[in-house]
Amino acid sequence: MEIGGIIAYLVSLAIMAGIYAVFCLGLNIQWGYTGLFNIGIAGFFCIGAYATALITTPKPTGMYAHYVQQIFGLNLPFIFGLLGAAIICGVIAFLIGIPTLKLGEDYLAIATLGIAETFRLIFNNEHWLANGPRGLMGLPQPLQGLVDPRHYNYIYLIVVVIIMVLIYLSIERAIRSPWGRVLRAVREDEVSAGMSGKDIFKFKMQSLVFGAMVMGIGGALYAHYTKAISPDVFTPLYGTFIIWVMLMAGGSGNNKGAILGAYVMWGIWIGAKFMTDFLPYTLKARAPYIRFLLVMILLEIILIYRPQGLLGEEKKVSKLIE
Amino acid sequence: MIILKAEDITVGYTEVDILHDVGIRVKSGEIVSIIGPNGAGKSTLLKTIFGILKPRNGSVTLKDEDITGLKPDKIAKKGISYVPQVENVFPSMTIQENLEMGAFIRNDDYSQRIDEVYDLFPILSERKKQKVGQLSGGQRQMVAMGRALMLDPQVLLLDEPSAGLAPVLVFDIFEKIMEINATGVAMIIVEQNAREALKMAHHGYVLAMGRNVLDDKGEALLANEEVGRLYLGG
Amino acid sequence: MAELIVYGIVLGSIISLGAIGLSLVYGILRFANFAHGDFLTAGAYVALFTVTGVLSWIGIPYNTFGSLSFGWRMVIAFPISMVVVGCVAIALDRILYRKLRQKGSGAVMLAMSSLGAAFIIRMIILIIWGADSLFYRPGLMRPALEVPLGIKIRPDQILILFVVLFLVVLLHLFLKKTKMGKAMRATADNMELALISGIDTERIIIWTWGIGGALAAAGGILYGIDVQLHPYMGWNFLIPLFAATILGTIGNIYGALIGGLTIGIAQQVSTAFLLPTYKLAVAFIIMILILLIRPKGIFGKE
Repeated sequence: MEIGGIIAYLVSLAIMAGIYAVFCLGLNIQWGYTGLFNIGIAGFFCIGAYATALITTPKPTGMYAHYVQQIFGLNLPFIFGLLGAAIICGVIAFLIGIPTLKLGEDYLAIATLGIAETFRLIFNNEHWLANGPRGLMGLPQPLQGLVDPRHYNYIYLIVVVIIMVLIYLSIERAIRSPWGRVLRAVREDEVSAGMSGKDIFKFKMQSLVFGAMVMGIGGALYAHYTKAISPDVFTPLYGTFIIWVMLMAGGSGNNKGAILGAYVMWGIWIGAKFMTDFLPYTLKARAPYIRFLLVMILLEIILIYRPQGLLGEEKKVSKLIE
Repeated sequence: MIILKAEDITVGYTEVDILHDVGIRVKSGEIVSIIGPNGAGKSTLLKTIFGILKPRNGSVTLKDEDITGLKPDKIAKKGISYVPQVENVFPSMTIQENLEMGAFIRNDDYSQRIDEVYDLFPILSERKKQKVGQLSGGQRQMVAMGRALMLDPQVLLLDEPSAGLAPVLVFDIFEKIMEINATGVAMIIVEQNAREALKMAHHGYVLAMGRNVLDDKGEALLANEEVGRLYLGG
Repeated sequence: MAELIVYGIVLGSIISLGAIGLSLVYGILRFANFAHGDFLTAGAYVALFTVTGVLSWIGIPYNTFGSLSFGWRMVIAFPISMVVVGCVAIALDRILYRKLRQKGSGAVMLAMSSLGAAFIIRMIILIIWGADSLFYRPGLMRPALEVPLGIKIRPDQILILFVVLFLVVLLHLFLKKTKMGKAMRATADNMELALISGIDTERIIIWTWGIGGALAAAGGILYGIDVQLHPYMGWNFLIPLFAATILGTIGNIYGALIGGLTIGIAQQVSTAFLLPTYKLAVAFIIMILILLIRPKGIFGKE
């Protein structure tokens, strides 16, 4: 394989890992900093992707409308898709948060799981919404015309990295602010944080919404990368748990850890793909399951022996301490 | 004969120590009362003796055996029973079942023991099948003590037995405690009601700020003016 | 509609079996075991392996009892599967959860590890059997429908109700009459006091997992008999299981039974108005409603 091909392949890997890194950053806000156990990431992934799809594609007309149904189509540029995804996810997170944030941690988990599955069911069955199981295709990509389509991925990688860095920086600033300190206090000891007069619910909600908006952006980035989405993309495995493994591996409570975890685990995932290529023919069909089995066992090992992940939690949170 | 002693106990729930070099001694058949202000660490001492907490330093000895740091279920088997201050019953189970749970680790026929406990607390024998969660505070306290007595302990640890009880019931409970003691059970009682605790006690210990302050015969402490002023409310 | 309710009772009784086990574990260990659904799946597949594999190797002939869809093989395989999955659940606790408990990990870490365990079990099943739906009976014939009282119900389903009833009564007697059963109730009530009374709570925990796993396995097998087996069957039951457990108050066996029946009936009745694929959403919405209105469940103390 020639060098150009290898680089192109690495670029596509880096894009996927970067997209997952954005999700990890979002999860880090919710879990790493606030202790919210969200196992419905796939739901925000799904909403974010569909939101941008519906915003950036035109509503089908004429003959095309026979094949594709969608509830609306605004045909706006990429940036609106991104913003729309973030805002819609934020709103949905807000609505979800109202009943569920008052519950205990594992109740929140069950609720987020149920919501994600429900969203997937709705998108799958309600064809008028977004074309049901066939999904939507033909999503535009930012700066499309600039280069030869063969080299487009380089542009997209830059787009993804820029967005990832922007998100990273804004989270870092937010965490070092008084708001961030309250979040950590909530995670460490909710009772005493509550007693010092802070409205715990408000802070948890803000964390949930902020994290969800970041996840929405991740979903949008994914949609514009693959240019086509359908409900079966957003499974618990690929849409939620792989992100959890990434964050736990990299270090929850640490934004650098979130990004590192995404890249490392995605690398391991792809590496596992190569290794399973060596499996005997009879096991080839089982390759994805074997891979997931190994990744899940890895998660358990991390939970038992190194729950802080590779980088561990960030120690310094306040500018004042530094 | 000294049946139980704790020596040089230093212990805490976190890195901060609650008790510093605390010690007590109990002779067999004796009532030992531990009094002192709130936060002195009295309950912590009981928990350490019973193995709920492991001391950073010091030892607990039963007769001649070192039982420091043993887990509670092992200590229960050795003949020490513990009645916590709160959550000291199984609320969804009947009185009879609570007593049966108290006797869980016995392998012999303990029906005679159950009868003895019911003799001690006649009110309970009228309601054997009632769920303990529905009983009044005083009755619950009796069940709590009954459960602990099922193992025929040599030493009974009571953590604030009169806590939360109406004054009339407090008198009853202390009477029961004397009755139990009359059967030969040594007792260590932690009590807020210091005056009554010292009246019952053969020996008393005053604990403050996690340290031994004073110890003497129960009646001597009662007569002690300073003790009276500081700890017995004048 | 009456038929929907009847089938809802059948489905609900299967949910109850899982919910009872989940409720026991949740009540004593205080964490949400997300692997419980996959205990159902494991039970169904172990029974499959035994029926189509082991027992045929040994040479026990295939047969069916009258109009039921199974025969001696299943009768033998059923308890074997319950025991095997009970052991799997115990092993899971010893290898995984206990280590985290000893480290003092919070409920969330335990829940997360149970999620990992759920996937591990499921992946193993997917690796061995693949992703297709399977059946206990070779061939796809469904036994004839029976029509007592004008309601159509299959003989299999009548038997499911009896089996569930039998298991629940057995469990009730165990908890009320046996020493270990009472100790389990005591530990669920007040674990620290149980320890103080000298009860070996680790042994109680082992029994809890064993019973929980065995009951879940039974539920899975019954579902497999009634409908089909596929690797995601248990995971699809997870939300209904949690809904039933929470509805019936965590730690309350009879609540779990009622909760399971309620969820089952609600899910079936909903198919009169919604697509069947939305059954899961129905269970979920009920759960959210309970958590909003009466989070401690029907038997909870205010």
